[in-house]
Amino acid sequence: MTVRLTPDQVALRDAVRELADAKIAPRAAEIDTSGEFPWDVVKLLAEHDVLALPFPVEEGGLGGDLLTVCLAIEQISRVCATSGLIVAIQELGSLPLMLAGTPEQQHRWFPDMAAGRALPAFALTEAGAGSDVAEIRTKATRDGDGWRLDGAKRFITQGSVANLVAVFARTDDSAEARRAHRHLSCFIVERDTPGFSAGKVEHKMGIRGSPTAELHFDGARIPDANRIGEVGEGFSIAMRTLDRSRPGIAAQAVGIAQGAIEVAAKYAAERRQFGRPIGDHQMITAMLADMATRTEAARQLLYTACDEVTAGSPTASRWSAMCKLMAGDTAMAVTTDAVQVLGGYGYVTDYPVERMMRDAKITQLYEGTQQIQRLVVGRDVLARGG
Amino acid sequence: MRIVVLVKAVPIVGNERLGDDHRVDRANGLEANGNDEYTLEAALKLTEAHGGDVTLLTMGPAAAAEALRKGLAMGAARAVHVSDPALAGSDARSTATVLAAAIRRLEYDLVFAGADSSDGLGGVVGPWLAALLGLPYLSYGSRIEPGPDGTTIQVRRLGARGYDLLEAPMPALVMGTQVLGEPRYPSLRGIMQARTKEILTWSLADLGIAAETVGSSTAGSRVVATALPPPRAGATIVREAPDAAVAQVVDFLAARRLI
Repeated sequence: MTVRLTPDQVALRDAVRELADAKIAPRAAEIDTSGEFPWDVVKLLAEHDVLALPFPVEEGGLGGDLLTVCLAIEQISRVCATSGLIVAIQELGSLPLMLAGTPEQQHRWFPDMAAGRALPAFALTEAGAGSDVAEIRTKATRDGDGWRLDGAKRFITQGSVANLVAVFARTDDSAEARRAHRHLSCFIVERDTPGFSAGKVEHKMGIRGSPTAELHFDGARIPDANRIGEVGEGFSIAMRTLDRSRPGIAAQAVGIAQGAIEVAAKYAAERRQFGRPIGDHQMITAMLADMATRTEAARQLLYTACDEVTAGSPTASRWSAMCKLMAGDTAMAVTTDAVQVLGGYGYVTDYPVERMMRDAKITQLYEGTQQIQRLVVGRDVLARGG
Repeated sequence: MRIVVLVKAVPIVGNERLGDDHRVDRANGLEANGNDEYTLEAALKLTEAHGGDVTLLTMGPAAAAEALRKGLAMGAARAVHVSDPALAGSDARSTATVLAAAIRRLEYDLVFAGADSSDGLGGVVGPWLAALLGLPYLSYGSRIEPGPDGTTIQVRRLGARGYDLLEAPMPALVMGTQVLGEPRYPSLRGIMQARTKEILTWSLADLGIAAETVGSSTAGSRVVATALPPPRAGATIVREAPDAAVAQVVDFLAARRLI
């Protein structure tokens, strides 16, 4: 099948690209160097309704489908992966509410998220529960008409700047519940909740402007009205969320790869060695061809995956794992080659490709490592016999 | 305050080509003329502050609709696109005649025109139009505000040593400059809404204009030859570390007595 973008999608993509080139690209190096969260970019994305994209029109959003959101993430990540991630997290952090929240809960929080007044986060990972999500230790216990939350989360993207955090916690310790993946529940924790705090912010290799934080819950009291979905539905909500959010990371990866190609192509046309532009040396020409071809293949798989997930395909998990796997590995390979094309200049911070190479690495790690994506895809291949 | 903003769809800057007939090739992508976007921004700000709405008006080939679409996304309420094969090769007189006929069919208090267009650079359609419509003409606007009682318009006209403050009763035609302020980026919401806004397409017949009275055969002048400026000498690219680069650039400028 072929995914053809609608005129709306083309117009939105081009507008986001123009905005990213004019306003975000000039900030990218500084965001990386300072390691500070770019609040100015949040404001810009809010003003231009980019953060409103995934939310329903009646809640102040633009009602954009998954592919449209991914087009925006791709275009912004082309110039700044940290900034592209802001859009991806606006989607990721709100997905539990989108998938399992009641209309009242959605109406309570979506308008602020759509306007960019509230930043969400998605808190699943713990120090001892990374790929093995079922090992979560953070505990939610009944406390009167609400819940008491105890434990800690680790590596939470934008955890220290988020106003609303979707937290997954254990609500049933029985072996039976665990076997049935019914031991977790999901809660929205508001930033000013007593007993909730953000701890250490990690020093990272890439996406350095995006604060990755530890979150601590020390008897934090959560009203039952903040519980998303049924008690015991948490694991299912988390998995369904990842099915829809992994394409966002694939979009970030495709964007990073595309940005690297553009820098490499420009450099190859300008830089002269042995009396001609290095792009005319066939070893460089071939590298550029492979970089562009791989990136386009990843992009087309991403767009098709978005289409399948939106259409409610029974193999949505497989599509979304496949596109993240393909795009993450592509971004890593293409940015590495971009550094190679630029030679010594690619290794120093005068050019953005070394930053892109560092940023690309995270797309092979978060929202499920590439190994987890292969497990998801491989098990589905075995189950379906192809 | 109802404002008609003239928008010309010009070749994308940097992409301009001339056809074999020495006329601007309009088949290679069009965008809204830069100066027109400045006046559109001023018009949008005025209607946001004082009420009313903005109507875009263009004359051009089918591809000109994209320039209108962007203006609609920025916030204009509607657009009128005058398009007719017989209009190809129109000179300023034809253009002003056709635009005047279109404007007479619209309700307006003000007409805004950019100082000139990036392709033709004539800068005469605006004043010509004012003359045809019998409107006061306020040129080189750097700021546009309603007068104290709301029936007039005040324009700061840029001059060599500052500005003159002009005032005229409405309706009037204002020619604006870049000093009016940067045009906004369309928001994504604006882009989505623009898809549902109306673009009226009018032909010469709709305007009651005979095809043989406009277009290339009636043009008062024609371009008989074009020549590109001589190529510039190769650029010097400085790739040293900042300190060395600064020294090189300073030497370069000093050698030419530019600093």
